[in-house]
Amino acid sequence: MANPSEDWTSPFQPRDRAMHPPALSPGYKTSVLRSPRQPLISLGPTLSELTGPVFTSEDLDPLDNDLLANAAETGDPLGERLIVHGRVTDGAGRPVPHSLVELWQCNAAGRYRHVRDGYRAPIDPNFSGFGRCLTDADGHYRFRTIKPGPYPWRNRANDWRPAHIHFSLFGPAFATRLVTQMYFDGDPLIPHCPILGSVSDKGAIERLVAPLDLDASQPFDCLAYRFDIVLRGRRQTWFENRPEGG
Amino acid sequence: MSASWHLPETASQTAGPFLHIGLYPQAAGLDIRTQERPNIVAGPGVTGERIRIEGQVLDGTGSPIKDALVELWQANADGRYAHPADPDGASTSENFRGFGRAVTDFATGLWWFETIKPGVVPARAGTPAMAPHLTFWIVARGINVGLHTRLYFADEAEANAADPVLSLVEQEARRRTLIAERSDEGELPVYRFDIRLQGEGETVFFDI
Ligand SMILES: [Fe+3]
Repeated sequence: MANPSEDWTSPFQPRDRAMHPPALSPGYKTSVLRSPRQPLISLGPTLSELTGPVFTSEDLDPLDNDLLANAAETGDPLGERLIVHGRVTDGAGRPVPHSLVELWQCNAAGRYRHVRDGYRAPIDPNFSGFGRCLTDADGHYRFRTIKPGPYPWRNRANDWRPAHIHFSLFGPAFATRLVTQMYFDGDPLIPHCPILGSVSDKGAIERLVAPLDLDASQPFDCLAYRFDIVLRGRRQTWFENRPEGG
Repeated sequence: MSASWHLPETASQTAGPFLHIGLYPQAAGLDIRTQERPNIVAGPGVTGERIRIEGQVLDGTGSPIKDALVELWQANADGRYAHPADPDGASTSENFRGFGRAVTDFATGLWWFETIKPGVVPARAGTPAMAPHLTFWIVARGINVGLHTRLYFADEAEANAADPVLSLVEQEARRRTLIAERSDEGELPVYRFDIRLQGEGETVFFDI
């Protein structure tokens, strides 16, 4: 569904690369051979980047945003029951409505339901770690899930990922395409993670760490964490609509 | 009201090795969405020349990587995008979204799409006419920010020579990394497009 207030042909702000990890991050060893060494060619936005796929509720199943239920075979998945929610906005704080949000994560023991994950922690037969939803008219998204566990990975001899949820966002155009990861406030592994540590801007790291959101929790059911996401904004409108308290 | 106020974009993070769970669940071995064929971009009813696009994603040693996701975005045979920013987008056919996803094979590293060849994107919305092309976006373990590139068709030499994006690439040798050769040996015409992340013949990637 289109957002009637969107100025569809207005170009996007250039991406501020200082807010992102560099392609080559030697502490994250796999990036060494997978990072382009030639400069990126700057492309004034063309219609091919100002457009992008449009998804509707017909692309989704009703349980897609409920990871507590969407793979349940014999009962509830094991782990801490959570609501993970937030708002997707542009750089001016305007909502990104009706936009596809996809996520994936491991189970409470730190094991992915994936043919290529060989970690010894057990599979949870009631949990897939697959979720998707559309943002609502105000840019809000919401999932029910369990808290993912930390897991070891092959990098240095003893590297462990902090608990995290992978997010994929489309926004209004192919130019706003983004994948990222959400972390959990208070996780002691956060300062040790070479993937998170590849981001040099401290504020950018903090914004990937979701705070506990007691107000959104469901008593005797689910705790909540809030993860707000900012996609690139339009060039001509980025100084408008300053939100209250912004 | 301050003109300097804005929220910085959320930082990108690698999609990691298990991206299939969320983005291509059947490849992860999950039994959800097994009916979906995300790499079949155009069904039989869509107007246009049916083609197959295939290739590998190669690392700095020239080895195929086995855990990448390749996304494709394209116009239809008339050069129209199914999106509100395209003033003529409403004319795109109902059964053609123009979006596809493919994952590299765990054994061979090969990815492929079946689609239709897009048309010239006419000059409009402030953009000059563009030669037929496919837009690609690549993520994988070890890729910190998704990579944007484009495929152009070798049999469109005249249109390619006038294309405003290809002409941004100064070196002829680098421009060639964006051009896929056509083979008519198989059931469908096949365009081969290898994406080299690093080293000799490194593909041109765009900051869009
Ligand atoms: Fe992960």
